[in-house]
Formats: sequence, C-alpha cells, structure tokens
Amino acid sequence: MKTLADLKKIREKAQEEMKLRGSSVRVKIVVGMGTSGIAMGAREVMKTFLEEISNRNLTDVLVTQTGEKGLSSMEPVVDVIEDGKPKVTYGNMNPDKVKKVVVEHIVNGRIVSDYVVATGN
Amino acid sequence: MSLKRIDLLICCGSGCVSAGAMKIKERFHEVLQEKNLANEINIIETGCMGPCDYGPVMVIYPEGIFYKKVTEDDVEEIVNEHFIKGRPVTRLMLHNDEEQTFSTKKEVPFYQKQVKVALANCGFIDPDSIDEYIATSGYEALGTVLTTMTPQDVIHVIRKSGLRGRGGGGFPTHIKWQMVHDNVADEKYVICNGDEGDPGAFMDRSLLEGDPHRILEGMMIAAYAIGATAGFFYIRAEYPLAIKRIRHAIAQAKEMGLMGDNVFGSKFCFDAEVRTGAGAFVCGEETALIHSIEGGRGNPSPKPPYPALQGLWGKPTIVNNVETFGNIPTIFLKGADWFASMGTETSKGTKVFALTGDIRNTGLVEVPMGITLRELIFDVGGGMTGGHKFKAVQLGGPSGGCLTVEHLDVHVDYESLKERGAMMGSGGVIVMNDKNCMVNIAKFFMDFCVDESCGKCSPCRIGLKQMLDILEKITNGNGKEGDIEELQRLGEAISKLSLCGLGQSAPNPVLSTIRYFREEYEAHIRDKSCGTKVCLDLMHFDIDKDRCIGCSLCARKCPVTCITGSREEKYTIHQLDCVKCGNCQDVCPVKAVNRIPGMHPEVLAKHTAEANLTSHHDD
Repeated sequence: MKTLADLKKIREKAQEEMKLRGSSVRVKIVVGMGTSGIAMGAREVMKTFLEEISNRNLTDVLVTQTGEKGLSSMEPVVDVIEDGKPKVTYGNMNPDKVKKVVVEHIVNGRIVSDYVVATGN
Repeated sequence: MSLKRIDLLICCGSGCVSAGAMKIKERFHEVLQEKNLANEINIIETGCMGPCDYGPVMVIYPEGIFYKKVTEDDVEEIVNEHFIKGRPVTRLMLHNDEEQTFSTKKEVPFYQKQVKVALANCGFIDPDSIDEYIATSGYEALGTVLTTMTPQDVIHVIRKSGLRGRGGGGFPTHIKWQMVHDNVADEKYVICNGDEGDPGAFMDRSLLEGDPHRILEGMMIAAYAIGATAGFFYIRAEYPLAIKRIRHAIAQAKEMGLMGDNVFGSKFCFDAEVRTGAGAFVCGEETALIHSIEGGRGNPSPKPPYPALQGLWGKPTIVNNVETFGNIPTIFLKGADWFASMGTETSKGTKVFALTGDIRNTGLVEVPMGITLRELIFDVGGGMTGGHKFKAVQLGGPSGGCLTVEHLDVHVDYESLKERGAMMGSGGVIVMNDKNCMVNIAKFFMDFCVDESCGKCSPCRIGLKQMLDILEKITNGNGKEGDIEELQRLGEAISKLSLCGLGQSAPNPVLSTIRYFREEYEAHIRDKSCGTKVCLDLMHFDIDKDRCIGCSLCARKCPVTCITGSREEKYTIHQLDCVKCGNCQDVCPVKAVNRIPGMHPEVLAKHTAEANLTSHHDD
C-alpha cells in the first residue's frame, strides 16, 4: 500500500463485506419466512435472491427475512422496500420469478406488476 | 459467491468471555453446520459492547436485534426461530420494569445518551480484522496526515481540538507533543500507557481488545507529529487478550505496509512493539513505566526532567494513555471543531467510563464531557439495583475521591471534579448504595495503595501504612478522639511530600470520605457503631424472641456453639463468644436473626476494660 487510493480500494471491498451492519442500502428485500412461507419454498426464494444479487454485484441491496405475513394463500411473499417509494409486495414467488424481479425491479426500477399482490403499507 | 444474509456479532470482551461467550460461539458453529446454514451467517467476534452486566450479549444484523444473557441452550432456538423463520426471540431481549421490550441495539436505553468516539468500533467490528477497521475509515487519518500535513500542522489540530490526557491528570496533549517536537534529538519515542491498574477500571483493556488498530493509528500519528520512529505499548501481563490483539494488529499493519518504512510513500518510518508489565500499580506512573521498559525496577524518579526532555533511554519521549490515542484518528477524520463542540469550556470531547458497583447496567460507556453524574448513574447506568438508595460514587479509583448525593448534578469534567475532592482519573466509576460503610471503603483503597507503594520515598511507604493502621483501629473499635485529625494531617503531608502521583493522590479516598461522611467516622470512633453493619467489630447479631420459633437450627449451625435456648425459652446468642460468621442469619427460616449496628453492651464493657488495662501498661 502506497497511496490513499490504495487504501480506498481496500476500504470499498471491506465495506461491501460489512454491508449487513447497515451502511448505504438502497433496496431492502424482505422474505416472509413463516411456517407456511417455508412450506411453500421461501428458503429457495431467498437463496435465489442472494445468488442473483451476488452474481450481479449489487452492493446496495439487502436481503432479510421476517415472520408470517398473513397472506398464506400467496406464499412465498416478498416485500421490496425502496427509500421514498411505497412498499411493493410480490406473492406466489418462485426462483424463476425472483430472477425476473431482480432484473426488472431491482436493477431497472420497473415493477413486475404481474406478480404484485399489494402496494403501499 | 457470498450468500451471507446475517451478521451475528458476539461480544467477546473479557466480561462476556467469562460469562461463556466462547462456548456459545462454538455452539452456534455446530448448530449452523447441522442445519446447513453456515454459508448464510457470519459469526463475528467483537470487542466489548458495553453492557457487561447482561453478558453474554450479541447483536444480529441487518436488523440490529440485541440479545442478552444468552446461554448455550438458547442457541438452537435462536437459529430455528430467528435465523430460519425470521422471528426474533423476544424472551432474550432486554425488558425494563414496565415490561417494555427493547428489540434493537439502538432502542436500548443504555446506549441512548452515549456518544462513541474512542469506542466507535468496539463491539461493532472484528478486532482481529484489519479490513473491518479499514472499512470504518481506518488508517485514512494516518494517510491524510502523512501525505498532506506537516508535524506542526498535526499539533495545531490537536491543540484546536482541546484534547487532554485521558489517563487521569488531564494534561493538554498538544503541549506534551509540542515539547517533544521542539526538542532536537537523534531518537525520540512514543509510549502507549496501557498499565491500567485501578480496581474496577477496564477502559483501556476494552479498547485494546476491541479496536487495537485505532490505538495503533493514533500512536503513529503522534509519532509523526513528534518525530519518533519507534513506539512501545506497555500493557500489563494480566491483560493477555489485549496483548495478543495488539501484537496481531501490529503484524497485520506491517504486512499491509501501513507500518514500517516510508508509510504512504512519505518519509515516515515507524515500528512498534509490546512490552508487558508485571502488574505493579506504580508502573502506570510515566517515569516508573519508562524504567520498567528499560529493564529496570519500576520505580518513579523525580520530575523534572520530564520524559518530554529525557525519557526512555534518556531520549525525548511522550507517554499517552490508550484512550487518548483512541480519540486521535477521529479528530483528524471529523475535524478539531467537531471534537471541540462536545464537552465543556475546559474539557472537550467524550470520556470512556467503566461503570461498576451497585448499579443496574455495569459496563463500559462513553459519554460527552460535561454530562451530570445523575445522567451517568441513573440514565446510562440504569440506577441502583435492588431498590436501594444511592449513597456515594467513587471516581478515579485509589487516587480519586467519593462524591455524594449532593453532587449528583455536578458536571463531569476535569476541573469540577477536582474542586470537589474527586478526580476524573482514568475513568473507573464505582457506585455505592446505602449498604456501604465509607470508612471501610476508605480502608480498602488505603490497603490497596499500601500494597502498591513502591517504597522509594518515605512519605508514601511509611505514611500510608500509618494511615491504614489508624483506619484499622477505627473499624475494629479501637478508634480514639483525634484520629480523624491525625488522618487529615498525615494525608495532607503525604500528598505534598510524595515523589510521584501514587503517593500524592493515595490519601484522596480517606480525605474525601472524611470531608463528606465525617459523621460515619465519628460514629465508629465515639459510639463504636457502624451504621451500615459492615464493620464486624462494630455490629452484632441478635435474635428477635417474638419471631423465633425455637427450631434450634441456628444453634446447630453455629460453628462456636454460642447460641443456646429451647423451644419454650427461644434462643439467645452469647455475644462474647460470637465470631460474627452470620450462619445463624442465613439458616433462620423465619428471619428472626437481625444485624444490629454497634457493639453489644456486654462486648463493649469487656472491650473498654481491656483497653484500660493496655493503656495502664503503656503508662
């Protein structure tokens, strides 16, 4: 290491590793992991999100989980929360749908209305 | 490819480790392995998170959920409920008396009045990872200083920030640095004083354990400012983890080129090493510390010459406390004005305190200077345990003094504490409730100082022992009129005549307790009575005949068989034989045995007769 720029490079990489501890997060994806969600494959859904986000190197997206959301008939249910925008809830998710949501919504900002079950709070 | 979605931060400060944090960490590894979740969850060991009383504690990100008093048996539940199903375990969260639950770290009242500067990363990053320190802007201050500032600029910034030594004395840091900077010498040294020895203090240890790179960076900035090329960490051998972590940090910094020759392409070259101390309290005094590093006996020497002129191996040296170094990187990152905006007119920034004693939230806290004692003890500290009343607070350990209820609204800064007979000290805060005997507390600290006196100068070596003898006489019923005045006379003389800070400040606990609790001393001497029933010679046990059911349990458990009686007559303690072990009180099923202040009249009569006899002999 010889310059401040070198240090900055290391810092950016290290911050990426630590992003779960709350740095700049643009989008938060919350997967409903209640009993019915898990039974309907929420774990696969979450895993696909994690894989897709990591593959695309999206550093400002956070995947987290929550309990039962009350929409058992539409499990697995996923919320996409962006700063300053109404919450978008997707239902009946599966790994293929996840891939589409990541490309369309998370990367390009276009809500995939076919999968949406609710918006706002 | 990273699938990590949860950061599990387990506090591995010494408090939590002794409460079993390591076993819990192992258990998490096992359970996560079993459930095939090991690649989704990061387990990170951090330094002290602060609320040691609730240990082992942990914080789970991204939500920041705070769990307390976690046991090995809870691990499986946390994994099943929280990690798999996303339902945080409410049972392990912090609750207050009103049944309110604080789920995240941010909500916990303990953290709310705190401002973390030196402790910013403590409990947030993995202290063994230089990358995590760099992620929190680590070493940026050093880089900026080395590439854009002259040593004199650095000292100007420190001067503007108003930073004062955090080891106790509160000497302005920039003056020390300027003196060494202005001295021309072929070699200069910088020393980090990690010889924290006050009973009840663990600020330096926690900092060294929790964020070693910060201290290292602070030291390197100091070295650049004064023109030193070598540094020493003087850490007591009782702190093995701190020593290990700082050694590891030095090795990592060297490997990454952040330490060594021409750091950041500048002309600055630096090397640091750790020297372990054998745990003598006096080695916290800078000249004694220097002698100890040189390989000599850890005795202080007269000042001047100050270490700034002739320090380690006769070369100009600065000795700064761990916490002082811990503040420096942030001062350069956020600016001197930002730092100076916190605190009072004369004391800027924040101070780390170790809260201990009869207080709900014992642990490590960092608060802005100028906070009142009331806020520190009742808001941050959570108030007294067990519904007892606040009686006194001892600040500054064996060198400091006691303050009382009337001082609760005093602002914590160097000057206002000193005015009232206490001192900032390194930051040990021992809070005491109304069950503590102040004479006994003074005796405890005096006993400590007598043990720790190095013996080089006679006021400290002989004088302190005399004070201890008088205190012992007062607490065992042999106190006499004039003892208080004698203690004051001795104390003032020792303060003035001792060679170093240890002796100069050792009488403080006695003098301050006399100043604020004189009536307790007088009760011990005149009435032979310890109101708090702590001094065993000045209290007695008594059986309440109305409550006694005559079960004979006390008589059977008494080790000196001094309790007799029967079911009809109830039981009586024969006071002259009683050794005050307290067994009878512990075993009584109906709580008929009471502690009563004062010597029992029979014992007092015998005691007076004996005292008269010896005084006749003396004549």
